[in-house]
Amino acid sequence: MSESESILRGHFRDMPQQRDASSLGMWVFLATEVMFFGGLFLTYTVNRAAYPAIFAQASRQLDVTLGATNTAVLICSSMTMAMAVYFSQKGKRTALVISLLLTMGLGLVFLTIKGMEYAEKFRHHLVPGYNFQYAPASAGPAQLYFSLYFGLTGLHALHMIIGLGILTAVLIEALRGRYTPEYSTPVELSGLYWHFVDIIWIYLFPLLYLIDLHR
Amino acid sequence: MSTAQTLTLPRKNYLNEGYGLKSWLLTTDHKRIALLYLVSITFFFFIGGFFAVLIRLNLLNPAGTLVSAETYNRLFTMHGITMVFFFLIPSIPAVLGNFLIPMMIGAKDLAFPRLNLLSWYIFVLGGLFTLYSQLAGGVDTGWTFYTPLSTIYSDSHVVAAALGIFITGFSSILTGLNFIVTIHTMRAPGMTWFRLPIFVWTHYATSIIFILGTPVIAVTLGMVALERVFHLGFFNPALGGDPVLFQHLFWFYSHPAVYIMILPGMGVVSEIIPTFARKRIFGYSFVAAASFGIAVIGFLVWGHHLFVSSQSAYAAMTFSFLSYLVAIPSAVKVFNWMGTLYKGSISYDTPMLYALGFIGLFVIGGLTGLFLASLGLDVHVHDTYFVIAHFHYIMVGGAVMAYLGGLHFWWPKISGRLYPEGLAKFAALVLFIGFNLTFFPQFVLGYMGMPRRYHSYPPEFQILNVMSTAGASILAVGYLLPMAYFIWSMRYGPIAASNPWPATGLEWQTSSPPPPENFEETPVVTWEAYDFNRPDIKALLAAQAAAASSQD
Amino acid sequence: MSNPSQQSDHIVPPKVYAAVFLTLLLFTFITYKVAFVDLGEWNVVVALLIAFFKSTLVALFFMHVYYSRRRTSVVVLSALVWLFFLIFITMSDYLTRHWLY
Repeated sequence: MSESESILRGHFRDMPQQRDASSLGMWVFLATEVMFFGGLFLTYTVNRAAYPAIFAQASRQLDVTLGATNTAVLICSSMTMAMAVYFSQKGKRTALVISLLLTMGLGLVFLTIKGMEYAEKFRHHLVPGYNFQYAPASAGPAQLYFSLYFGLTGLHALHMIIGLGILTAVLIEALRGRYTPEYSTPVELSGLYWHFVDIIWIYLFPLLYLIDLHR
Repeated sequence: MSTAQTLTLPRKNYLNEGYGLKSWLLTTDHKRIALLYLVSITFFFFIGGFFAVLIRLNLLNPAGTLVSAETYNRLFTMHGITMVFFFLIPSIPAVLGNFLIPMMIGAKDLAFPRLNLLSWYIFVLGGLFTLYSQLAGGVDTGWTFYTPLSTIYSDSHVVAAALGIFITGFSSILTGLNFIVTIHTMRAPGMTWFRLPIFVWTHYATSIIFILGTPVIAVTLGMVALERVFHLGFFNPALGGDPVLFQHLFWFYSHPAVYIMILPGMGVVSEIIPTFARKRIFGYSFVAAASFGIAVIGFLVWGHHLFVSSQSAYAAMTFSFLSYLVAIPSAVKVFNWMGTLYKGSISYDTPMLYALGFIGLFVIGGLTGLFLASLGLDVHVHDTYFVIAHFHYIMVGGAVMAYLGGLHFWWPKISGRLYPEGLAKFAALVLFIGFNLTFFPQFVLGYMGMPRRYHSYPPEFQILNVMSTAGASILAVGYLLPMAYFIWSMRYGPIAASNPWPATGLEWQTSSPPPPENFEETPVVTWEAYDFNRPDIKALLAAQAAAASSQD
Repeated sequence: MSNPSQQSDHIVPPKVYAAVFLTLLLFTFITYKVAFVDLGEWNVVVALLIAFFKSTLVALFFMHVYYSRRRTSVVVLSALVWLFFLIFITMSDYLTRHWLY
């Protein structure tokens, strides 16, 4: 009883109102994130429409297997995150902790693979503004492609890192036994954020890695 | 109004609940945060105004040699950036919206009070970056940051200014988020959607624009900064990029941004007019719906800023048509204010003067917007003083007057004091005259061909420019007077009753100034909005009439 | 007046999660394979449709939109509609520039 009293913030009437507000708050925040990535998606659309062949050729520099693996990794992490919410709602603390750890672990796997891919790009002189070298005839648009590659995946990776930070905080509270069937809101809301980051990648994979592979 | 002798300030109110810097800088009380914003935006208003003074002084003579052409470019850029991002956009929402929305819906605070405080700190941080860019020499690209000048050729402090605006954008986003969640989830029992004051509806609509528009300019300015530092090429034709893409991205936000600047003002006017006409707002649901109409259609018209930028003729025609369409909900609001005044019992208190001024000046500004939306005419007046006059009529004649009107209207609630009415009416008149003298000549100048953003001009334009500068000096007085007497009133002003006007909103049901938790008990709403037949309102009106007749 | 959130009251059965999970993996595989089939202009359309299908599954079931009140769907749809405004209306400029010359 006193546990939930300390959770309820003074300006709210009761827990259902607080939960309602927090949930709507996270959804509205995710809407802002859609528009934030949206500017880059627009830039991608404009430039791919203008330079289809160069974009396709430049994307050959990406390792499709690694990209597909990372997609699978994130989908798995969404599964474990959804299960974390389930276990929290069921009051199963150990399972919750394990699910959170798995989610975070898979997130780290994703970032590691991403890091390996970035290292490859550095080695092959494909980093715009740093050491970019490309066939002169298509260097401009190719650099646009790689700017978008680093911009989109970099912004995505930044969001993943923030997500890992959020999950760390949630994990610590979960270990303290803070989450119960009556109070699982932080787990649910972190889940929303994590799934959103997964959705962004679901689009980035085909758009960046799978351009005109049939040619 | 009630006699001052019988009134005292409420013993426990949000102003005397805790003294000292920490109690203000670490507050989560939406009312205190509103005042933090009030101080910050007033600071930026002075800075923006300072740049305006230098611009107008430079334009006193045709050679424009007060400052160099280079410096002049920095002056109008910094004037624009400061006024748009650090004064106009936050003004009514962050000051009046923050203060009033929880009270208007019967809540104790916004949904996320700590986020609200964070919003203010983010605002200040962004402001500091921008201030740094100004002190270090300024930016010369225009507040519109057009590429490739901003990304390649300018040698001014573009990145710092872009970063400042990027950071401040998050302040807007969080405020919008807070408002939307609050209005959805924290209304008091009985406060149904259609009992909400129009002020709340317009702030909801504004918050939609905050949420869906601001992230786009954030990422765009981020791209400008990255392009500038890493020579990327998104907006550089030599590398396959397109400068016009920047314009699309920039104006996708910046056009709705002008609706961010005007919708809250329309909300203020929608509270003032019924109060001083003692009559329910005409066509409540149409006014509420029009707020959303403006917010939504406002997102579909940005291409009218690109008419002469090689945008396709077909896109241009569509944008032109949609720009005419967005005038309709704005006109609906104006007609409904007229309908409210008709057969009302009208008094000309200072807030009413500002509201009436708003209507007239907004109509002029809005109609000239339609001239600009006409493709053929825009070719001739684009980038001239006609455009400058158009948007200053809306943003200064409209938004700033609404802001001042709102400050006057809610000053008793905010401070517990009354401002000096006679002096306030005089200041409003000075402001109105000064404003028109400053900006009407600019319509003529623009139509005659004087380009904007030029430090010098042909000699035949001098008379109108001198008139404009003279007007600006009068306008300045109109701004300084309220600042002075508001500050004076905090100590020496007569103490205000809880509902001095009287007005029908829930915020007037609590003391002036309000207690920290807004209401002694959570109100239960059983009446419709703007119900001037309510017993307590009728009693206050009767007392007011009795006091007036006993003075005869 | 506000209704209490429905989210915590809906405990989605793990079976549903598992079904969605497997579907997502399957369609990731499909999208990878289809990329090597020559559909000409339609490759990107198919890829985006599959991505849209996958993200819809994530939203509906992992993010509980299917079990949530209508307000949640309105927020999601609004974001998507606005994203479409941004992309499609801007592209309408680029794609119609050549109509005149």
